[in-house]
Formats: sequence, C-alpha cells, structure tokens
Amino acid sequence: MSAIVSVANLDKTYEGGFQALKSVSLEIEQGEILALLGPNGAGKTTLISTICGMVTPSGGSVQVGGHDIIDDFRQARRLIGLVPQEINLEPFEKVINTVRFSRGLFGKPRDDAKIEQILRALSLWDKKDAAIKELSGGMKRRVLIAKALSHEPRVLFLDEPTAGVDVELRRDMWEVVRGLQKDGVTIILTTHYIEEAEAIADRIGVISKGNILLVEEKDALMARMGQKELQIELQQPLSALPDALSGYALELAGDGRSLTYRYDTSAERTGITTLLGDLAAQGVMLKDVSTRQSSLEDIFVGLVEEKA
Amino acid sequence: MNYRAVRAIYIFEMSRFFRTITQSFVSPVLSTSLYFVVFGTAIGSRIDTVEGVSYGAFIVPGLIMLSVMTQATANASFGIYFPKFLGTIYELLSAPISFFEIVLGYVGAAATKALFIGVVILLTSFFFVDMQIAHPLAMLAFLIMTCVSFSLLGFIIGIWAKSFEQLQLVPLLVITPLVFLGGSFYSVSMLPPVWQTITLFNPVLYLISGFRWSFFGAADVPVGISLLAIALFTGGCLAVIGWMFKSGYRIKS
Repeated sequence: MSAIVSVANLDKTYEGGFQALKSVSLEIEQGEILALLGPNGAGKTTLISTICGMVTPSGGSVQVGGHDIIDDFRQARRLIGLVPQEINLEPFEKVINTVRFSRGLFGKPRDDAKIEQILRALSLWDKKDAAIKELSGGMKRRVLIAKALSHEPRVLFLDEPTAGVDVELRRDMWEVVRGLQKDGVTIILTTHYIEEAEAIADRIGVISKGNILLVEEKDALMARMGQKELQIELQQPLSALPDALSGYALELAGDGRSLTYRYDTSAERTGITTLLGDLAAQGVMLKDVSTRQSSLEDIFVGLVEEKA
Repeated sequence: MNYRAVRAIYIFEMSRFFRTITQSFVSPVLSTSLYFVVFGTAIGSRIDTVEGVSYGAFIVPGLIMLSVMTQATANASFGIYFPKFLGTIYELLSAPISFFEIVLGYVGAAATKALFIGVVILLTSFFFVDMQIAHPLAMLAFLIMTCVSFSLLGFIIGIWAKSFEQLQLVPLLVITPLVFLGGSFYSVSMLPPVWQTITLFNPVLYLISGFRWSFFGAADVPVGISLLAIALFTGGCLAVIGWMFKSGYRIKS
C-alpha cells in the first residue's frame, strides 16, 4: 500500500494567535478507512479544512495523490471529496441540481447516469426533484455525501458524519462508507464517537490539542492497550476475599456475589488458570464466567489524560 | 481554465433568477412605468426639452442606468454573500477552480441579469416616448460595461458584508444617491455653477453621460472621458477583488 495523502509538518496558527495544528505529520494509505479521533477543538476540522483548501496552512506541506495542495491545487482537489460537518445547503435548490452543480464545479462533464447511480445508492433518487428544505436532517446529510461523490473522488473526507444523527441512520451511514471503501475510495472521517471509530475504521489516529498522539491499526491498538476483565459470578456470596487469594488483582462486588479480575491479553501469563485453580481449592463455587474487552473509549481517555 | 466550473456557477446563479422570473420582470417594468408617469408626463409636460431632447426621452438613459447599477450591485453582492451566509462557500473553496473563475461565474451571471433588466426597461420606455438611438452599438457596449463593472462592485460588497444589513447599506447609502445626483433626470448644465463642479467628482455622472451620448449624440462630458471613467472603475474593482482573494479576506482563514 502507498500513501495517497501525505501531510508533513503541517502548522496552522489562526489570526488571533490560536495554534490549531502543531507540526502535524500523517500518511494516509490508499483504500483505508482512517478515523481521526479527538475531543472538540482538538484540530480535526482544521486538519481536514487545510487539506481540502478552505484554510491556508501557516507551514508544512500536504500532497494528495502526489500533487501539492497549493502549487498543484487543481490536480490535488480533483481527487478529493468533502462532506462538511455543518449541513450547508441551499434550501430552495432541487436535490439533483445541487448535485449536478457540484460535479460541474469539479470540472467533470455532465453525466446523468452517474448522478442517478449516486442518488440511488444513497436512497435519494425518489427525492431528486424535491427542494432541499423539504428533506429530513438525515436526508440532507446524504445530499452532502452525494455532492461530495458527484465528481468521483479518490479520497473522501467526512467531517463528523454522524454528529447529531440517530443510531439507525448512523448505521446506514457506516454501510455507505463501507460500500465506498469496496469501490476503492480512501476514507478519512473525524469523530468524537469512539464507537464509530471502533465500528468502521481500519486505522485510528488520535488527535488532541493540535498534535497527533498516535496513528495505529485499530486491532493492534486495541490488542496493545487492551485490557480484559474476567467476571466471575459466585454460587454463595463471600463476605471477604480469602487470604489465599490476596495475591490476585481481584475485586469483590455485587454484595459479594461476583469477582472481577483484570488481566492483560498480551501478557505471557494471564494468571487465569492458577486463579481458577486457587478458587476451587478454597471451595468457592462458580455460577458463571464472562470476559469483557476494554473499549477504545477507555484507551482514548487514558491517552488524552496521559499526554495532556 | 476550468470552463465547466464557470458554466456550473453561471447556470446555478441564473436558475435562481429564472425561478423568480415574474418578480425579476414585473418589478422593473412597473417602476419604470411609474417614473415615466411621474417624471415624464407630470413634470416633463412643464419642462419641454433638455438640450433639444424631449424630457421623457431624456430620462430614459438615466432610468436604465439607475436600474442596471442597482440590480447589478444587488445581484452580485447577494450571489456571493448567500453561499457565505449558508456556509455553502466551502464547496467553492475546495473545488479545483481559481478565484478568477469564481468571479467570472458570479459576475457573469449578475451582469447578465442586470443586462436583461436594462433591456426590458429600454423596451418598456418605447411605449411611453418616441425616440431613436443614435449609436446602438455604443449604447449596448456602455450598457454591458456598466453591468459588468457594477457587478464587480457588488461582488466586493458581498465578500465584505458580514450581515444582510451591510449588504444593503452600500447600495442604499452610496449608489442610489450617486445615481440620482449623477444627472439621471437632468442635465448638469441645469445646476448652479458650484454644484456643477461638485458633480464632476461623481463617477456615476461619466457613466450616465456616456450612455446618454449613445442615445442622443450629445453629453455633459466628452465620450472619451466617460470610457476612461468606466475603465478606471472596472480596473479599481478588479484590483480590490484580486487583493481580497490573495489575502483570503473574509472568506478564508
């Protein structure tokens, strides 16, 4: 795989002196879904806006498909589609006209078949002649996606695509994104929903206060930093932990009816076998056993706090 | 050059105009008719002729200019302010188009609309007055140049404006007075000497005078100076727009 977007030492300081990006470097691989995760005000939108041309960088460089975004902005921008965070649409315009307009703006010849295909894929074909103000919020967001896809971009930026969107629509949106990836489109999305990054991303970048803290394969990240919990339900409640078990990182909960044991999956010895053996030796009868992987959210909160 | 983008902007803007074609058409016809009734018939019946031209005919070029300048400014300023207001400007900024192409699309559309209204008023005026156009080609050229230059001015206002109030401020406080005081409805020679001198500092005077020359072959100031005035005004607007885009003034951070 090769990088389709490479960001090198990108700086952005706004007029008021606020430094939104601090020497950000990032390589985005062709065909991947990269989720940029970070709290509000972390610099996610500034990063995307700079790559797409709405914000002038203060320093550093960005290349898209090998084209510099400033010196060779036409070639670079032709490759990019952008779905902004806010629903920015002309309320009185017809859906199909605004999508056609976007295609023209990117210098592509009119292609009604292509537009129809895009609108159908986003379940907007029935509404093609409706004025945008008549659409629901979820449909408006899909119109924004249709506009971004109208010129067949190779790289799609989605800035908080599911902010303020209900659960069902969020899942629909993920389906759309996965479908695009199948067609070979590289996708970069920003989000502050951990669940979203966990559900669809191949790689996750964590950004906070204008710095990229890390970029890693999602699975590797979760495995590396992932802690697991073993939840043990007991037949008879315990009033206190037997002394023989005090060497384990055990926690008694639920009125003494359950035990929680934390362990690291990547460690050489998890200690589960000996724990269960010792429990049996103490005559503790087990009712049920379950495990839980710590979520990306736990990892994320840990990271941001650690580096803050 | 991304011609398709220019075309897309132009068509998008014109479609807004055609969506409201009744208003676009009826309002200039109505207001012109009112001007003819009030100025041409009621007042004009006591004035007779101005520089050998019947008063009704004399005010036609001024009336057209008044509407064209106001419409061109309003259309162009609204055309670029609206995307700014709605946030849809993100698309223009992220598209593979140069600033020159953006201006070409928006100013082209605004100028076309203003030209359309100018022609409608001209045709309406034939119902009220009997006149002949001495230099039709020059008339058309002056009309187009005015449409373009004032659309450029409107574009500047649209980028500058931070609110709808500001959007209307310049046309209301600057353009309308300048047009009224620029000899739309009278010849400068009718003013007292002091005001004649002051009027010479009004740029609109040169535009109206040149346009009137193309109708009647006579003017307050020589045609060459009128052309120079339009050229300077257009050049000035282009320079300001060039600077705005280069610095990203009020559109890009």
